[in-house]
Amino acid sequence: MEKMTEPIIQLDNITFAFPGNTAVLDGLNLSFHPGDRAGLIAPNGSGKTTLFHLIMGLIKPSAGTIRIFNRTVREEKDFITVRQRIGLLFQDSDDQLFSPTVLEDVAFGPLNLGKSKKEAIAIAEATLASLNLGDFRDRITFKLSGGEKRLVALATIMAMQPEMLLLDEPTTGLDSGTQQQIVDILTGLDISYIMISHNMDFLARLTTTIYTMENGKIHVDETAQLHPHYHLHQHGTYPHQHKH
Amino acid sequence: MFEEPFAGGDSFIHRIDPRHRIVGAGAFSFSVALSDRFSSLIIALVISLILAMAARLNPGTLFRRLSVVFGFLMLLWMVLPLTVDGPVLTRMGPVAFTRPGVVLAARMTLKVLAILVMFTTLVATMPLTTLGHALHRLMVSKKIVYLILMTYRYIHLLENEYQRTIRALRMRGFNPRTNLHTYKTYAYVIGMIFVKSVARAERIEWAMRCRGFDGRFHDLAVFPSLNASWRFSGAMGLIIIVIAMLEWSPPLW
Repeated sequence: MEKMTEPIIQLDNITFAFPGNTAVLDGLNLSFHPGDRAGLIAPNGSGKTTLFHLIMGLIKPSAGTIRIFNRTVREEKDFITVRQRIGLLFQDSDDQLFSPTVLEDVAFGPLNLGKSKKEAIAIAEATLASLNLGDFRDRITFKLSGGEKRLVALATIMAMQPEMLLLDEPTTGLDSGTQQQIVDILTGLDISYIMISHNMDFLARLTTTIYTMENGKIHVDETAQLHPHYHLHQHGTYPHQHKH
Repeated sequence: MFEEPFAGGDSFIHRIDPRHRIVGAGAFSFSVALSDRFSSLIIALVISLILAMAARLNPGTLFRRLSVVFGFLMLLWMVLPLTVDGPVLTRMGPVAFTRPGVVLAARMTLKVLAILVMFTTLVATMPLTTLGHALHRLMVSKKIVYLILMTYRYIHLLENEYQRTIRALRMRGFNPRTNLHTYKTYAYVIGMIFVKSVARAERIEWAMRCRGFDGRFHDLAVFPSLNASWRFSGAMGLIIIVIAMLEWSPPLW
C-alpha cells in the first residue's frame, strides 16, 4: 500500500543478535506512517520486544539503519528526541513506575523535558484526569493493583504528549474490565501506535494492520487485515458497555 | 517487609516539618553518643520516652521494635562484666564480674535505648518517601536519597520474588535441612534473585531513559514552614544544651 506521508519509523535491513545467540532480527524492514495503528503478533521469543527496544535506542542493531522522523538515528543523543516523541509502554509496569507516588511518577517525564514543577504537576493532573485516574494522584505506586499499575504506566507516557506509542502487551494479565478501559482510552486517542499482543480480539478492535514476524523479519498479515470489520462492528454497536 | 507502623499518626510530632525532626534526632544522638555520665544519659532516655509518649506511639509496637537490639544488649551484658579489667563487683563461683564492665554495659544500654527511642519517635513517624525528600532538602547527596527511595520501592518486588521462589520449592517437596542439598538450593535462590534484580534494574533504567531521564532528579515535595517546627527545634536545642551541661558541669553528687 503506497502512502503519501513520510514514515515516522523506517527500518532498513535491521539485524540484531543477543550475545552468543543466533540473530533474533535478521534483515528486518518496516515503515510505519502517521495514522497507522498496527498490531504485532508473533510467537514468544521472536523479537517483538527487541524491536521496540531498538526503536527507542535502548539496544543497538548490529547492522541496518533506523530512520525516525526523517532522521537517521544511531547514537544515544539521537534517540533523546525520539524518546520525547515516541512513548514505550513496558510489558511489566513495575519497571515503569519507580516513584513513590503516582503524581510524582506521572510528573517525572514532564520534569525531565524541562517543565517547571508547577507545569509538571498541572500536566500530570490533567493526564490523570483524562484517563479517569484523578483519584490516584496520591496513591503509593507499589500498592496499586496490576490493572491500576498498567493504567498509571500509560498515564506516565501520555504525560510526555508523545506523537506515537509502542505498546508492549498492554493487556496481558489484566481482567476484562481493565482491558476494556484500555480499549476505550486507545480508541479515544488520536495517536499512531504499534502494539504487541497475543489477544486477537483486542488487536482487531484497535488496529488497522496486523504485522507478524517470522525468521527475524516482519510480514504484513493480509488475512488478518481482511477480517477486523466483524469485531469493529461489535464495538461500534455497544460503544460503552462496561460494568461500572 | 517494610512496615511503617508509626508513620500514620496525628500527634504534634507528626505535624512538625520532617527536616526539623531529622536534624533534631541527629543532633540529639550525637550529644548522647558523646556523653558518659549517668545523669545526662538517664535524662536523655527520659526525654526520649516522654517524646515517644507525646507522639502517641503504641507502647507494645515500640517495645517489639526495640526488642531487635535487646539481643545485642544481652550480648554486651554477658561479655563486658567478665572481660573489662577492674575491681571486682561480685563473684559467682570462679566467675568475677568487674565494676567497670557493669558500668560500661549500663552506659551503652542507656545510650542505645535513648537514641533508638528518639529516632523512632522523630524519624520513624514519617513515611520513608518523606524521609527521602527531607534528606534531599537537607543537602544529602541525591545519589544516597534515590538509593533509599529506589530500595524502598523495589525491595517489595524482591521479597515477592523470594516468596514466590520459596513457595515453588515447597510445592515440589523442598524441606530445608542441614545438608548440602539445602545449602545448594538456597544458594540458587539467592543467585537467581541477584540475576533477576540486575535484569530488573536495567529495565527500570531503560524505562527512565525513555521518559527523558538524564541523570538529574527533580522532586515535587513541598514542606510548609511552620512556627511550631522552629519552636520544636528550639526545644531540641535546649535539651541538647542541658545534656551537655550535665556532662561537663562539676558533679552534683
